[in-house]
Amino acid sequence: MRRVLLVLAGIAIFAVLWEGYKLVGSPDGTVIFGVRVLPRADDLSMPHLWTIAERLGRPEIAGGRPVGLVVLQACAFTFGITAVGFVIGALVGLVLAVVMQRFRLAERGLLPYVILSQTVPLVALAPLVAGWSGNLSFGPYPWQDWMTVSLIAAYLAFFPVAVGMLRGLQSPAASGVELMRSYAAGWWRTLVKLRFPAALPYLFPALRLAGAAAVVGAVVGEISTGTRGGVGRLIIEYAREATSDPAKVYTAMLGAALLGLVVAGTVGLLEIPLMRHRRHVEVVTL
Amino acid sequence: MRKIRIFSAITLSVVLVAAGCGSADLDETPAPGASGALTPVKLQLQWFYQAQFAGYIAAVDQGFYKEQGLDVQLLEGGVDIVPQTVLAQGKADYAVAWVPKALASREQGAGITDVGQIFGRSGTYQVAWKNSGITGPADFRGKKIGNWGFGNEFELFAGMTRAGLNPGKDVTLVQQQFDMQALLKKEIDAAQAMSYNEYAQLLEAKNPATGKLYTPDDFTIIDWKQNGSAMLQDAVWANTAKLGDSGYQQQTVKFLTGTIKGWAFCRDNPDKCRDMVVAKGSKLGKSHQLWQMNEVNKLIWPAAGGIGVVDDAAWKQTVDISMTTKNQTGDTVLKAAPEGQAFTNDYINQAITAAKGAGVDVNGASFQPETVTLNPGGA
Repeated sequence: MRRVLLVLAGIAIFAVLWEGYKLVGSPDGTVIFGVRVLPRADDLSMPHLWTIAERLGRPEIAGGRPVGLVVLQACAFTFGITAVGFVIGALVGLVLAVVMQRFRLAERGLLPYVILSQTVPLVALAPLVAGWSGNLSFGPYPWQDWMTVSLIAAYLAFFPVAVGMLRGLQSPAASGVELMRSYAAGWWRTLVKLRFPAALPYLFPALRLAGAAAVVGAVVGEISTGTRGGVGRLIIEYAREATSDPAKVYTAMLGAALLGLVVAGTVGLLEIPLMRHRRHVEVVTL
Repeated sequence: MRKIRIFSAITLSVVLVAAGCGSADLDETPAPGASGALTPVKLQLQWFYQAQFAGYIAAVDQGFYKEQGLDVQLLEGGVDIVPQTVLAQGKADYAVAWVPKALASREQGAGITDVGQIFGRSGTYQVAWKNSGITGPADFRGKKIGNWGFGNEFELFAGMTRAGLNPGKDVTLVQQQFDMQALLKKEIDAAQAMSYNEYAQLLEAKNPATGKLYTPDDFTIIDWKQNGSAMLQDAVWANTAKLGDSGYQQQTVKFLTGTIKGWAFCRDNPDKCRDMVVAKGSKLGKSHQLWQMNEVNKLIWPAAGGIGVVDDAAWKQTVDISMTTKNQTGDTVLKAAPEGQAFTNDYINQAITAAKGAGVDVNGASFQPETVTLNPGGA
């Protein structure tokens, strides 16, 4: 209950800030020494919130469906792409972390590249992936455009999981590892009984980061490759109409923000069944 | 034991999430083989479906390609999709691209040839406020001039150079977004615009002073066609290496024949073509698409030498500007004259003969543009 109220309060504060700035801010923005330090407050740059809300209810194009519905549907499409990317990314991250924990050499050899992988600009990567993936196919099933986008999402999502999970797997104290050894437990047993549970508190924050990264990857990937149906494509399509219909651009951005929240919430849900367990883990780790 | 159960719970939930989301609705692509003995052909467009590509859309919709034994699939463009690269990589059979950009890709090794210069004229404007006193490129001196960059700016730079300005010194160059807000907010004095898109967006926007839409009387258009710095734009490009193969040659002629019919259809039925584009799921409104259709028709028709035939003078002008005009960073589009087979009229001439034989008017000498009324927001 309190949480819901806090969320509502957050939205209200944002609305007050937005409309308040529109009220006091200069329509031409504030420019100091030729640099614009405050944005323009005119209706073209910052439409009224009620204009945006009202735009959600009006048809997208004459005779079409309401913008709100179109945006929601696009969000659902992108959610699917994000989820696929997130799952693939998380699994790859997990496997990498286990491999790096098991083999010191792998950690030394792989970790720099794992980190390096995230310094490649996404906008440079997306067309490349789209370029070579188009020729792939899974037996009779040809490669689909959305798979490219999922792949980009996975590429961003695997990183926090790999790094966070590695940290988690290495977290058990030496005494715990030695205890397992004294029980004559092998590597696998130690992994399952000691290292995995100990890694959980590290895993969940990493998964949340991965969820956020997957959303960014999916939206940017959609924009980059022009994949039809998702919210990234809507952002770019509506942005073209910014001249004559500025509120429309914000509806698509609202959709993208909503998608981010939904993904964060979904990842948070994964945590719930393990909440009780996590306390237990901390005892073991100590 | 419990820990293992918890891990299987994670695995299970992950699998469930994957299963639940994996079934999200996908693009419906027609089942292969459904079209019988037709040859599948892929055409890469420069951007999302819009009336700029109406001729190709109409040729698919009206079965003009099917008549030629082709099953043409149109591939939409995107922000980072470069049609001529897609073509050179072999992922499309043909591509629509602007001539200067495609020539630049050619210089970097893309093996492509212009086989049909569909747009005989350039649609690039520089738009200024009427009350700014700007009437031609010479008036740009000391003004803030918007340009798109990324190779879309060379007609502007050539125009300024011809008017005796040094683009790097005499004007303030501003990187312009792909909308016209900067001009409306008077952040820049003149903005780059395509006659068939951004200029229409200006006329779809409400003037806060009057509460009505802006009208053409509010703006001055500097049309590069009238300033000798126009460059050729949308053309059909084919894979140069494959053009050695007689099967691909025949396919090219057939593809161009269908394309000619499609564009002739849109010249004679702009309203129908507008509806086809809208039905393709374009997010731009109906009046905007009709405006675009009409403006695009003006770039093609009348076509004195027949639609798609490369005019030597226009080609030479495009290549000359590409080689000599420098942008603000001092780059030219091309370093040297294009080598090898940059363009050929062989296939388009055969296609024109075939289209004429089928009773198609390939010149459109009597073409008269419509007067399109734009609605707010292009609706």
